[in-house]
Amino acid sequence: MVNWIWLFFIVVGFIVAAWNGNVEAVTQAAFDGAKSGVTVCFGLISVLVFWLGMMRIAEDAGLLSKLAVLLRPVVRFLFPSVPKNHPALGYIMSNMSANILGLGNAATPMGIKAMQELQKLNADKDTASPAMCTLLALNTSSITLIPTTLIAIRMNFNSVNPAEIVGTTLIATAISTAAAILVDRWYRRSRSPIPPLKG
Amino acid sequence: MYDIVSLISAWAIPVMIVFIPLYAAYRKVPVYESFVDGAKDGFDTAIKIIPHLVGMMVAISVFRASGAMDFVLGWLRPLFEQLGVPTEVLPLAFLRPITGAGSLAFTTDLIEQFGPDSMIGRIASTVQGSTDTTLYVITVYFGAIGIRKAGYALKVGLISDLVGFVASIVICYLVFG
Repeated sequence: MVNWIWLFFIVVGFIVAAWNGNVEAVTQAAFDGAKSGVTVCFGLISVLVFWLGMMRIAEDAGLLSKLAVLLRPVVRFLFPSVPKNHPALGYIMSNMSANILGLGNAATPMGIKAMQELQKLNADKDTASPAMCTLLALNTSSITLIPTTLIAIRMNFNSVNPAEIVGTTLIATAISTAAAILVDRWYRRSRSPIPPLKG
Repeated sequence: MYDIVSLISAWAIPVMIVFIPLYAAYRKVPVYESFVDGAKDGFDTAIKIIPHLVGMMVAISVFRASGAMDFVLGWLRPLFEQLGVPTEVLPLAFLRPITGAGSLAFTTDLIEQFGPDSMIGRIASTVQGSTDTTLYVITVYFGAIGIRKAGYALKVGLISDLVGFVASIVICYLVFG
């Protein structure tokens, strides 16, 4: 599906630009896009280096497994295929907690680390395992308690009550996360041959 | 509620930065060595993401700059008008899953234009705040570990984005309407 979306963006973009007599825009946009891709990755370096260092300390101190034990019921339900004391669970928990607190730049490194741990359990290294898909679903719909950036923007434009969207955002994010979990479950069931919730 | 949560958010990182090494030292972990050891992976991971992210950003950038995005939106506008929903927020449904910076810029623009306390401003804020950029998350997470076949993950992400978008509009009308 990613292949098709990618192709769709480029081909349709080209056709529309040509139709509008504006093909040069494609060249400019392609190189601008490439540049911003690299810029974003470079921005990630500092965050990743710092948090992965921090999380290694936490892992060595046994903090991550403690965290995993604490929230085991939730994680067992969402990730039935991951063995009980696997470090992946600790990273998944820290990723989810960081998301909930709205700590975006801490959530990404922990999510990546969780993915790396899940990759160790993955039989086919090219293809996403069901556990990876679930983790991704949780992150794309990420539950957020406080949308800090938006409150700041609303303040900027003199909102009478900048935080009034906290409630609506929370309900919307809960609904989209619930949808993500349900759809993920549905796909997982329909893909796996016999034992439904495994894998 | 808002005060408590924002207080927790403000304290979470500083407390973690102090608590993790302190607890580890108590458990006799060589903290600095551990840090450096773990941090080493950060650079490689970030570099591994570059090809994935460049590929995605190029496609998105071409799609937007060519005017193709506006073209697609023009088609959908009448449908939205029939539903009685302000068409101004429609582009967000498309921008939100594919570009975080783009949709944030668009939301800011709507808030500036219509005011943060207008229905459009509230819907835009809710949509922007309630989900993450699906395509970016997939690219970064799967890129970092070299997954090429994303399976059904993308579909799950996009469906939940759509659900979140519709839910945001409905909830804003119920709460503020």
